[in-house]
Amino acid sequence: MNSRAIRMGKVRILAIESSCDETAASVVEDGRKVLSNVIYSQIDVHTLYGGVVPEIASRAHIEKIDPVITSALSEAGCTLSDIDAVAVTYGPGLVGPLLVGVAEAKAIAFAADLPLIGVNHIYGHICANFIEHEDLKPPFMTLVVSGGHTHLVNITDYGRYEVIARTRDDAAGEAFDKVARAIGLGYPGGPKIDAAAKRGNCAAIPFPRAKVGDSEYDFSFSGLKSAVLNYLNHAEMKNETVDPDDLAASFQKAVVDVLTDHSVAAMRQYGARDFALAGGVASNTALRASLDAACRKEGVRFCVPSPVYCTDNAAMIGVAAYTDYLNGNFSDLTLNAVPNLAL
Amino acid sequence: MKIIAIDSSGLVASVAVATEESVIAEYSVNYKKTHSQTLLPMLDEIRSMTELDLKTVDAIAVASGPGSFTGLRIGSSTAKGLALALDKPIIEVPTVDALAMNMWGCPGIVCPIMDARRHQVYTGFFEFGEDDELVVIKERFAEDIETVVGMLNDIGRSVTFLGDGVEVSKDAIKRCAGVPYRFAPPHLARQRAGSLAFLAIKYYKQGRFVDSSAHKPEYLRKSQAEREHDRNSVDDGR
Repeated sequence: MNSRAIRMGKVRILAIESSCDETAASVVEDGRKVLSNVIYSQIDVHTLYGGVVPEIASRAHIEKIDPVITSALSEAGCTLSDIDAVAVTYGPGLVGPLLVGVAEAKAIAFAADLPLIGVNHIYGHICANFIEHEDLKPPFMTLVVSGGHTHLVNITDYGRYEVIARTRDDAAGEAFDKVARAIGLGYPGGPKIDAAAKRGNCAAIPFPRAKVGDSEYDFSFSGLKSAVLNYLNHAEMKNETVDPDDLAASFQKAVVDVLTDHSVAAMRQYGARDFALAGGVASNTALRASLDAACRKEGVRFCVPSPVYCTDNAAMIGVAAYTDYLNGNFSDLTLNAVPNLAL
Repeated sequence: MKIIAIDSSGLVASVAVATEESVIAEYSVNYKKTHSQTLLPMLDEIRSMTELDLKTVDAIAVASGPGSFTGLRIGSSTAKGLALALDKPIIEVPTVDALAMNMWGCPGIVCPIMDARRHQVYTGFFEFGEDDELVVIKERFAEDIETVVGMLNDIGRSVTFLGDGVEVSKDAIKRCAGVPYRFAPPHLARQRAGSLAFLAIKYYKQGRFVDSSAHKPEYLRKSQAEREHDRNSVDDGR
């Protein structure tokens, strides 16, 4: 399959993403131009359970994946004969959901005689920045924040990077979800905290900004999460009412401050001229504003994708796969889901 | 007509290419449960060995359940990807019906049993009719093995058991059976895509096939989260 001659002209990649609770497919041209970006979100299905249930997510993926792929092809005005490669997220993520996308992508690549490209989901999030920032080129510094990940990454070239920092415990988005649950906002926590925080006073409660002892850049959010839960317990014991908006605002400020401080330190250390924010939590309005302001102050250009490319989507996977396509870096039919795939 | 048949519902991964007249190739592996890594390379091997032109395939048959949830989905998403790319329909064959087909011509009742965990088996009751057609006596269902054997006792005919649930059910069968019974030998006792293909071709001729978008596995069981939610809702309603 790898012997297939690379077609001259425009390169179109069909990309598939099913790592968590969005079933998504996209057609991307030449690594930057999104011809279609179809996302079926399962949020409604999981709201009942207060979070993503892996078995329910897997079942929803298999029901939606073919219609989503068919729509992505038709919205792009393509058939499989116009496609040059099939890309798919193979990790990290939930194993059941990942397996649906991986098996489907492999079967399509096999049956249509196309090369297959396995893509790292977190690297995909970073690449979402190439879609709307046509002149963004490596090297640049990135912060990837989502429900499962918090990474500072120095992108040295297309497909090449150095992880500078990661979280030692909870991901930033995970902390949002847990705090949202604790103050009764429910799932999904990110957008609900963001909305509540706009109504609250972010200086109302002095939550801690955690430092990791032996690392300048690594993150830790479990202490902050515990501080919030302790604060709620104390208030309950003393029969005091807690303003959920103030709490949301104060919590969010603590997260945003830490993410911003570490990002600025990394930009300075590595002399970055461009900084890109990525991942589901990149939709958070306070984080966007804070990093935008910090970058301005540092004289660094700030890039962030539109919210539709911050949430899990397949366009970012099609963008990420383009470098592999050009380098002939293809996966074979033994490609498997890797739930704990590292960046 | 020519079909590709896939069964990854249990411990065995099995792929076949078959026509009405013959099973051109059948590849079954009962080794380790890495279906997501083995299934397509197995089909690829069959393709190159039999010089199969995928464009000549008329439909994709798949074991549609019951079985391991993850195993079923690997088979289904593989079948869906093939069907989507080749623009061919999917033939859904219930796993236990395909298993029963292994025992073609066997007298008495054929009872495939698959380990469903949680002290249950997936099963169904079958026989071969006068024209040698597979007859469904009781459609696929999930139940504890003692109840299943009790139902077979009520029917009162001899039974042949097969499937990966036999191992965990043998003691209960010996203890509870009030009818003559026997266990299928190893070469017939597990999923075989060739048997599934034979049944699938019959279904196809009866017009029993679906578009790839419409296919989904038939689990016969809700997810744990849904079961707990249902139970809590009932408790709340008291």
